Amino acid sequence: MMPEVTDGDSAVAPPLVQGRTRHRTRRARVLSAAVLLSLGGCGVLDHGMLGAAGPVADQTRSLFVIVCLILLFVVGPVLLLTPIFAWHYRLSNTKSAYRPQWGFNWPLEGLIWIPPIVIVLILAVFLWRGTHQLDPYKPLASAYPPVEVQVVALDWKWLFIYPDEGIASVNELAFPADRPVHLNLTSGTVMQSFFIPKLAGQIYAMAGMTTQLNLAASEPGHFTGQNTQFNGMGFQNQKFPVLAQAGDDYRAWIARARAGGKMLDMAAYKALSARSVQAEPSRYGAVAPDLFKSILALDDAGAHTAHKEAKR
Amino acid sequence: MSGDVWFWLFGRLDAKALPFVRAWDHPTLSEFIGAMAGGMVVVGAVVLVALLTWQRWWRPLFLDWLTSLDHKKIGIMYVVIAGVMLTRALIEAVLMRTQQSLAVDAPGIVAPEHFAQLFSTHGTIMVFFMAMPFLTGLINFAMPLQIGARDVAFPLLNSISLMLTAAGAGLVMISLAIGDFSTGGWSGYPPYTGKAFQPGVGPDYWIWAITLTSLGTTFSGLNFAATIYKKRCPGMHLMRMPLFCWTALCTSILMVFAMPPLTLATALLALDRYADFHFFTNDLGGNMMNYVNLFWLFGHPEVYILILPAFGVYSEVISAFSSKELYGYTSLVLATMAIGILSFTVWLHHFFTMGQSADVNAAFGIATMTIGVPTGVKVYDWIWTMFRGEVRFTTPMLFSIAFIVTFVLGGFSGILLAVPPIDFVVHNTVFLVAHFHNVIIPGTLYGVIAGYMYWFPKAFGFRLVEGWGKVSFACWVVGFYLAFMPLYVLGLGGMPRRSQALFEPDYRPWLIVAVLGAFILLAGLVTLFVQLAVSVREREKNRVPVGDPWDARSLEWSVSAPPPEYNFATIPHVGRRDVFYWRKAAHGAYKPADHYRDITVPRNSWVGPIVGLGGAACGFGLVWHIWWMTILGFAAVWITVIGRSFVRDTHRVISAAEVEATDRAWLAQVSGAHPIPRQLEESPKNFGLAESFPAPVPA
Amino acid sequence: MSGPQLRHVGLNLHGSDLLEPGEATIGVYGFWIFLMSDAILFALLFAIYGTQLAATVGAPGPQAEFKIGPAFIETLILLTSSLTFGLASIAMKYDRTRTSLVVWLSITLALGFAFLGFELNDFRTMISDDATPDRSGFLSAFFALVPAHGLHVTAGCAWIAVMLAQIAVFGLDDRVKLNLLRLGLFWHFLDIVWIGIFSIVYLQGILG
Repeated sequence: MMPEVTDGDSAVAPPLVQGRTRHRTRRARVLSAAVLLSLGGCGVLDHGMLGAAGPVADQTRSLFVIVCLILLFVVGPVLLLTPIFAWHYRLSNTKSAYRPQWGFNWPLEGLIWIPPIVIVLILAVFLWRGTHQLDPYKPLASAYPPVEVQVVALDWKWLFIYPDEGIASVNELAFPADRPVHLNLTSGTVMQSFFIPKLAGQIYAMAGMTTQLNLAASEPGHFTGQNTQFNGMGFQNQKFPVLAQAGDDYRAWIARARAGGKMLDMAAYKALSARSVQAEPSRYGAVAPDLFKSILALDDAGAHTAHKEAKR
Repeated sequence: MSGDVWFWLFGRLDAKALPFVRAWDHPTLSEFIGAMAGGMVVVGAVVLVALLTWQRWWRPLFLDWLTSLDHKKIGIMYVVIAGVMLTRALIEAVLMRTQQSLAVDAPGIVAPEHFAQLFSTHGTIMVFFMAMPFLTGLINFAMPLQIGARDVAFPLLNSISLMLTAAGAGLVMISLAIGDFSTGGWSGYPPYTGKAFQPGVGPDYWIWAITLTSLGTTFSGLNFAATIYKKRCPGMHLMRMPLFCWTALCTSILMVFAMPPLTLATALLALDRYADFHFFTNDLGGNMMNYVNLFWLFGHPEVYILILPAFGVYSEVISAFSSKELYGYTSLVLATMAIGILSFTVWLHHFFTMGQSADVNAAFGIATMTIGVPTGVKVYDWIWTMFRGEVRFTTPMLFSIAFIVTFVLGGFSGILLAVPPIDFVVHNTVFLVAHFHNVIIPGTLYGVIAGYMYWFPKAFGFRLVEGWGKVSFACWVVGFYLAFMPLYVLGLGGMPRRSQALFEPDYRPWLIVAVLGAFILLAGLVTLFVQLAVSVREREKNRVPVGDPWDARSLEWSVSAPPPEYNFATIPHVGRRDVFYWRKAAHGAYKPADHYRDITVPRNSWVGPIVGLGGAACGFGLVWHIWWMTILGFAAVWITVIGRSFVRDTHRVISAAEVEATDRAWLAQVSGAHPIPRQLEESPKNFGLAESFPAPVPA
Repeated sequence: MSGPQLRHVGLNLHGSDLLEPGEATIGVYGFWIFLMSDAILFALLFAIYGTQLAATVGAPGPQAEFKIGPAFIETLILLTSSLTFGLASIAMKYDRTRTSLVVWLSITLALGFAFLGFELNDFRTMISDDATPDRSGFLSAFFALVPAHGLHVTAGCAWIAVMLAQIAVFGLDDRVKLNLLRLGLFWHFLDIVWIGIFSIVYLQGILG
């Protein structure tokens, strides 16, 4: 479903999550609350997908809970039967039956083979639907067009280029909370994996190729993004703040970046891409046209058109 | 000495390669730990040499062991390699857990570079130099005995495989004392491991260690497959083989087909690094996705190479210690083969996050879940094997029960990871780390330990003491749960794997629990060695010369413990499955042969050790660009192999009289032994002769 | 084992087909498994070549570099060498004198060398055109696949030489015969791989 394109004015607050999914979301929230409680209600889980703060993570959480519930039917019998049988048929129990040559039974074979097949079939349905519904390339349904961001993975920092605004930032991803975000990712170095646990799943960024990711936040907030693919000695520091902002704050953020005035061209990019850890975010007020394309062309993967210039 | 001469002699080796020098230059805790590890390798080697010299063990070491072509001795040597490497890799694991538990908003004790080497060597060793040699050792030891063969199909090739694996392991150990190891993890993804990003020797050590062992494993697989297809004794139809042989067959087929992608991946990476090729570079048309596909085309079948033989061990152990026929033999065979085939269809699930279309991801996700069906069938077959049995809780059986329960949890998280959208949020986090440890520790490690304890009396003629075994078991199980269950929670909380430092205070309590678990796991290993030492000291009490301490069912138990070099005085004829059980039931076991014949066995050979040494020299030379050493090593290998083809005197004959004398001496021991019931299995009265209990019902 | 069994003429190391092939079956069987493993290696090299085919990134591509003439001559040489090896196998089995076996083996060896000579000449031409593996993904893939086959042929030639020496030293004992059987499998296998290279690399490259 294509999002309805407006003229890009993000000042009007739209409904965040579509009504169709709201009911399911609430049910999932109750279920996942139960899971959270059973794990001791610890704060640690709040940093991941279970503390979902956007529609993608939210739907993933529902899927997670459903799959877990189905899997209880697989795990339960084994966890019960193993200790029971082992204990009941122990050597010292002289009352238990002993049939040393019993090794086959047709009805039992059916019981062993058929239920796992059925469970896998059921799971397959959920998997197929979930995978298509949560395809990271699929645009998120919204009344407003997504914010376009071009992401370049560097050692050991992230560069975010906003082609529509003509600005860029390093180690800080800001976007309006009421609009979805569409990311085009590539890498200026080795392969990395872009991941904001509370908002959406991760996707690899590879040199000379682009991948895509769609995400959104349910409401304004601050999150942490990170690289999860080991890429060298600054890996553990490669985290960045993600700011889902109210429309005004976002516009102010853009204005501040513009006011900074620094220009991101190829020379600046080359300097930036040297291996380093950057603790504080920085911003560029202007970006050379088609810089992202030029970065892609630096590492020409030749024939791999399937991933180049993503056409999906 | 001028630079040219130095380079000619030593390549890029210099003083900085020694961790002691680095520690002297930069006296940090991290460097000291590195220097200490390097020192342990050096000191260990010196102590070993001193011990061998002092005890005058050099001759027996070479003449009885290293040059031996006896599959049983080769099997034991594989297990020794695995034990040494397990010790190192487990200490590394403890060090990593310690680091992470200390490094929440703090520097901790090891530097990022050092930490990266730790996780790289830990993974590489555990997969290639612990799990693989361990299970190859068990297959080597038990499988020919189980199918009634005198040896594997190609005994010399077997020795070469062993020595190539040892050479690879040696390179990994040397990297501790000279230079550094790769920081690219056990999977060594380029372009990170390419020359542009890692110009040093680390990835080269990784490449050549892996290449050596990968060749060795291919040959092992070939050897086992040929043995099982061609060397079974008369009447041992495929469907009469013990299940361990089935899993060994499946694993060897996987080895034959799955190792070439790895060999190719490392070879092409080496071409990139040494000859400026562009397979996996960022620029000039390289494509790292090819590496990822090649690696996992190997990597996923590898998981089943690791796990299937352990499944075989469990099948043997559960059946033996339940005093019962294996339930659903045919199902288990079908499930094993199904897993083997399916294992080649799922490799893409290791990189769902690479941007494929949803259709592709979903197809591979469903294929992955499909493996759950045969695996589930196997689990139920083991459970129903205990049903109406007489279960004894010996240590191998305890490991098997702990395996079933724990492995199912690993399967649970495995199915979760098979769902692409869920994978997106836990991939590359410690959830994934928890998952694969949750399948491989119970699935493989518990299995090989159970197999070691189960077959130990057969190999050495005495049982391991049960008390320390149970302590060790408790440590391995408790330690596992404490070490890895927290990682599931942390992974769901978004904690990435391979991170030297962390910045989220909420992670800390869980990391502390995990490090506690890691120490308990280390205690499990220590107690395992204590058990071995105590057992050796008290071996006279625990002798089982008759050879059947567990009242087991397959052919390996029908001969003395330890078995004669030629395994069987006369090649058995088999009429059904579980043949030894039925022979015992019909009082047909322990009978002298009608007449004995001369037996031809292969002579010991130096080819294996020389090929191993040559391979290691070749690898070391390649790592450090010491080209004369590379050429010398390569030439040594091929001159030896070609020279060997001109040797005709490769076998010796053991006379019929000698065979008969040995056999009759053993049978005399049998008739002198008192059959014991299962209740006395763990007491010194167990002489290896089982009382028929209870009298079997005629089928 | 019971019942009449089919005996494989090639596996029978003796003059008569009536004797059990014995250990020879195991030796040859093991080598078949090795070849399967090797076949996987080549299959993957072909696959990599396929994915890298268009990754020429400005360096010389297939159409510029591949010449049908030499490739066709190499194919003819290698196919002929397979035929001569076949004749050597027949000579091993049915000819009591060793002369014809040695002659056919020597011809095979000479053809192997000829093939390698032509192939090296191809590589030399390409390198002099600056079509070297460090220039593009495509050339990397080419210089992995085709020389991998060439290395196998070199190994095969060395093996033939070793076997000629063994025939001189030991005559035709069982181990020499068994190794000749395995060498035959290896040689024919290389032929099959070359047909793949000729069609997939050269024909496809030249015809587009």
